[in-house]
Amino acid sequence: MIAWEMIYMLKEKGGLSYNTKMEIETMDIKSEFAERISEISGANLFKCYQCGKCSAGCPMAESMDILPNQIVRLAQLGQWDEIQNSNTPWICAACLACSVRCPRGIQIAEAIEAVRQICLRNRNSERRLGLSDEQIKELPPIAIISAYRKIAE
Amino acid sequence: MTKLLYYPGCTLKADAQHFEESAMCALKELGFELQELERWNCCGTVFSLATDNTMFHLAPLRNLLRTREEGGDKLFTLCSMCYNTLKRANKLFNEDPEKNDKVRKAMYEEAIAYDGKTQTLHLLSLLRDEVGFDTLKNKIGKGLNGIKLAPYYGCMLLRPDGLGVDNMEHPRVFEDLIRAMGAEAADFPFRAECCGSYQTAQQPEIVAERTRLIIGSARKCGADAVAVSCPLCAFNLDQRQAIAARLHSDFELMPVLYITECLCLALGIEFKEPWKAFHYAPVDAVIRKMEKKA
Repeated sequence: MIAWEMIYMLKEKGGLSYNTKMEIETMDIKSEFAERISEISGANLFKCYQCGKCSAGCPMAESMDILPNQIVRLAQLGQWDEIQNSNTPWICAACLACSVRCPRGIQIAEAIEAVRQICLRNRNSERRLGLSDEQIKELPPIAIISAYRKIAE
Repeated sequence: MTKLLYYPGCTLKADAQHFEESAMCALKELGFELQELERWNCCGTVFSLATDNTMFHLAPLRNLLRTREEGGDKLFTLCSMCYNTLKRANKLFNEDPEKNDKVRKAMYEEAIAYDGKTQTLHLLSLLRDEVGFDTLKNKIGKGLNGIKLAPYYGCMLLRPDGLGVDNMEHPRVFEDLIRAMGAEAADFPFRAECCGSYQTAQQPEIVAERTRLIIGSARKCGADAVAVSCPLCAFNLDQRQAIAARLHSDFELMPVLYITECLCLALGIEFKEPWKAFHYAPVDAVIRKMEKKA
């Protein structure tokens, strides 16, 4: 639980008075969305302790609007809309640097693949490569096939 | 002459023909003949990372099955992405009973059932484990003495852990090979950093920025050329230099060579004229320098 959430809870309980009796309780965070990601990717996002190593080593991070560690946090909190509107899943190059370096063993690249799959399966974001004849001529087959594979459900 | 059953994959027959040809020339000199699988299909290029997309594993598994049909138990590849996809699909087949059952059922019309016994062999493993770098060094002699090459591993040769050709964070097979060829290996911090991979189709500018970083780092390390073993890395690091040069006036082109092209030169095999046309950054100068050394 991050700090602002705890302060919020104390305020709710009328806490933060001078003779505070602090009460700390564990709150089960449940997110259907994180569970769906788990089902598809096998990654348990609730193991994340926000060290940020995934984002630090991500070669594509500077082009992402939400960093990989932030995607994990948002998924834990069930913030599907923010994730859905982010460019991050579509910038990820699936190089697996995050997955192999995560100290908690979370398969982050796999989780991002699951986000792509959920978007594609929900049919709420139409994805086309829209390559011109010129691009098809220029690109090697390996680039075209892999790029198509990433927008195929 | 040892025969190796060989799986080319899509790009070795298109934009990376010089990779295939130079590999065949160099391996012939080392006593290996590449025998292409009679029937093969695209491996899918990327291993499906979703656990419920079992269908995508059929393509690589079918190639492994063809190897068994032709009486082999090893399948040789040059492309890193083919290597990764084939190897991961086989691991899944052997270690996940549920998926094994699913894909077996989907392949019921095949002449024989796949037994999970095809091993995927990459060029770098072959040179290290079967040829041996000491043997190679003795054969090459002075070789490319005075040349400095930046070894670029990329991702799919190394990750995920345990499936790559070498240690994931501290690989040395590429460096050892470069040294066996008589050249110096640049200590190159971007050697295992992704080039942007398939994003080159839709986000060529992002990939060009990666290229600029990777090539720039190789240049700072004093490399004469970058050596690669993946056709997608080769395209991104070489052809995308065009965009990098357009976006950054101070960007200098650097030759990108397949490791097999370097190996040909080290073995004293002629660098064939048609191979040059596949390169974007001019390779003439570095080849002349390498030919003189070998």
